[in-house]
Amino acid sequence: MARPEIDSVTGVETTGHEWDGIKELNKPLPKWWLWVFYACIIWSIGYWIAMPTWPLVSDFTKGMLGYSQRTVVANSLANARAAQSGFLDKIAASDLAGIKADPALLQFSLAGGAAAFGDNCAPCHGRGAQGAVGYPNLNDDNWLWGGTLDDIHKTLQVGIRSGHEDARDNAMPAFGRDQILEPGQISDVTDFVLSLSGGDANAEAAARGKVIFAEQCAACHGEDGKGSIELGAPNLTDRIWLYGGTRDAITDVIRNSRAGVMPAWKERLPPETIKQLAVFVHSLGGGQ
Amino acid sequence: MRQRTGTDEFMDITAKERVEQAPREAAPGVDRLDVTAVNAPETRPLYAAREKVYAKRAFGTFRTVKWAVMAVTLGIYYLLPWMRWDRGPSLSDQAVLIDFPNRRFFFFFLEIWPQEFYFITGLLILAALALFLVTALAGRVWCGYTCPQTVWTDLMIAVERLWQGDRNARMRLDKAPWTFSKIWRKAGTHASWLAISITTGGAFVFYFRDAPTLMAEFIAFDAPSIAYIFVGIFAATTYLLGGIAREQVCIYMCPWPRIQGAMFDQYSLLVSYREWRGEQRGPHKKGESWEGRGDCIDCRQCVAVCPTGIDIRDGAQLECIQCALCIDACNSIMDKIDRPRGLIAYDTIDNLEAESKGKATSLHLLRPRLLLYAALIALVSLIMLVALWNRSVLEVNVLRDRNPLFVELSDGGIRNGYTIKILNKRHESREFRVGTEGLLGATLRIVGFENDTDPTISVPVDELRALRVFVTLPKQNLPSLKGGVADFEIVITDLGDGSTVRNDTTFRSPAK
Repeated sequence: MARPEIDSVTGVETTGHEWDGIKELNKPLPKWWLWVFYACIIWSIGYWIAMPTWPLVSDFTKGMLGYSQRTVVANSLANARAAQSGFLDKIAASDLAGIKADPALLQFSLAGGAAAFGDNCAPCHGRGAQGAVGYPNLNDDNWLWGGTLDDIHKTLQVGIRSGHEDARDNAMPAFGRDQILEPGQISDVTDFVLSLSGGDANAEAAARGKVIFAEQCAACHGEDGKGSIELGAPNLTDRIWLYGGTRDAITDVIRNSRAGVMPAWKERLPPETIKQLAVFVHSLGGGQ
Repeated sequence: MRQRTGTDEFMDITAKERVEQAPREAAPGVDRLDVTAVNAPETRPLYAAREKVYAKRAFGTFRTVKWAVMAVTLGIYYLLPWMRWDRGPSLSDQAVLIDFPNRRFFFFFLEIWPQEFYFITGLLILAALALFLVTALAGRVWCGYTCPQTVWTDLMIAVERLWQGDRNARMRLDKAPWTFSKIWRKAGTHASWLAISITTGGAFVFYFRDAPTLMAEFIAFDAPSIAYIFVGIFAATTYLLGGIAREQVCIYMCPWPRIQGAMFDQYSLLVSYREWRGEQRGPHKKGESWEGRGDCIDCRQCVAVCPTGIDIRDGAQLECIQCALCIDACNSIMDKIDRPRGLIAYDTIDNLEAESKGKATSLHLLRPRLLLYAALIALVSLIMLVALWNRSVLEVNVLRDRNPLFVELSDGGIRNGYTIKILNKRHESREFRVGTEGLLGATLRIVGFENDTDPTISVPVDELRALRVFVTLPKQNLPSLKGGVADFEIVITDLGDGSTVRNDTTFRSPAK
């Protein structure tokens, strides 16, 4: 009967395993280690039975405990909603000024409004509500349809030229395309409009344009060009131009008109979210 | 030289040769297969049963030190959560509390917020460096004296000794049949271990919740379930690792012994057997001369007291946790046989060699490694102290809006938006005023305070308040900005004591 080989250097038995002349010393593992390994195997069998484990062709074994990470996510979402419901109920019951006056509700609305804004409004108005040509900057103090909480709230609900029955709506004639004004007259009006906000304008042309403006434009934009929130007519005397403040841009608007569209959110978002959005937009800096 | 026997010869033949030499046929027409039983007697089992270590009680200097360390460390661990520290009415009065729900770590006078976690990081770095230093200086001091595994194992062995007696009694008891005496001694031991374990797990959770409250909840059985779970986990691990597994943890589970090799050198003070003095070892008869033999009388007291059951005379080894109990055991024997103490002692590998050659010894305390560790400890401590000293109890963060960078207003003025976060770390509610400095003509408006020209912002105890702030510069002031940008300060004034915090930020406008 063969006895284990003794390593001549260490005096320890070898296991008899050899790899390229290197032999393994027999340093036995403790038995409890082996038992831990068996315990893990038993645990894993229990795990297979209790938890979702094995992939099948089009499904997987569900396990007896019925655990599912989807359920966990759904539950935590439901919990989050339940935690929010206290706030949402208060928002539903409260008017906009009341929301703004309550620091906790204000904080909640600002956070919720910011999230809803990112999901629904940012594609046009930009992530920072900074707008773009044709899409108003909501940070500034200039409002086509009014910048009070209630005005913003209404605009959000009904939209602009959205097709909603109460939608904010108006139409500026296309003075050039519909041949209401001659190109020379349009040029004169452009000079006048430029002069309203201190732009670079020809004084003579502006004087001629002033007459045309009084006939054609003042009905909506006002004699002084300060616009009208009731009609949604922009103020032409300030520094803010939705479609650009250059001579070319202004001429283009007079010639072809513009009619921006914003959807009505009343049917799309819950009323609490629209209230949160109104408070959020109002807080961006231009709220009146 | 050993005499070569037939079996030895057979053993030296490699497997390949054996296959070649073995007859191919067992009998004419019957193949002989090259196969052996998996459990053949020559195959030694790959798994060894644990040999139980019956550590004998030691007496002496190091044992006393270890008792003292045990008393101090366990005392701190069990009692610290009960210590109170007054922080005013609205905050916990527990001296050391890790408050997860409110994300605070209270440590006596310190209160650490999550963003100040670097203090804990610094503390861990210090602990690691201290461990390096101590190990380079005197080996596994941590393992031998203060490691929780060592301390609790020591405690469990002490309790075991109370119930079952010292080494010899325990060995006899284990061999004895199951009598009533054995049953109650064993049951008593395990019951005590369990009691210690549950107390240990209980003490742990007290660090995470107000201790008296939680204790009352435990007594009424209405503590949060997570508390019971953690008491259970820590009780189980204490019982298992400290009571049952003991030295197996140090030898098989802990990575630290493996790291030792890089930590100490030939100048580190290690628990060592002075072979030059001890050998030749052997029993000594009364009146026999000590000339020509070693001082070691091979009484094996050093092995009997060893909590990991090894023989220090085999030299430095992985299993040795350097608890120095063998020094105590050997010294008491040296006293008895009237030989000088220190046959086993803290000594360096370098000195052991020098001593054996009769040369002078030295400690080499000014080694680069020690100096480096010490310098690093000093440096990190200094950085931590400076950070702690400059730690403000009022923290203000100003976050500039980046989208949009600026907003042009209808009158041509420019407005910038900022989010200001005020952290009140004081244990009282405070009131602040927010202003700007260094920006001519600027007006400041805080969202929510539009109707208030000079609003007072109150921040409750131990809380953070975020403010949306708009700074507007009228059109006529814009040309003063160089390149459209100006640096200015947002100044937060504490209305209580008039102290201010200034935060540098910038104002931007379209570059023209």
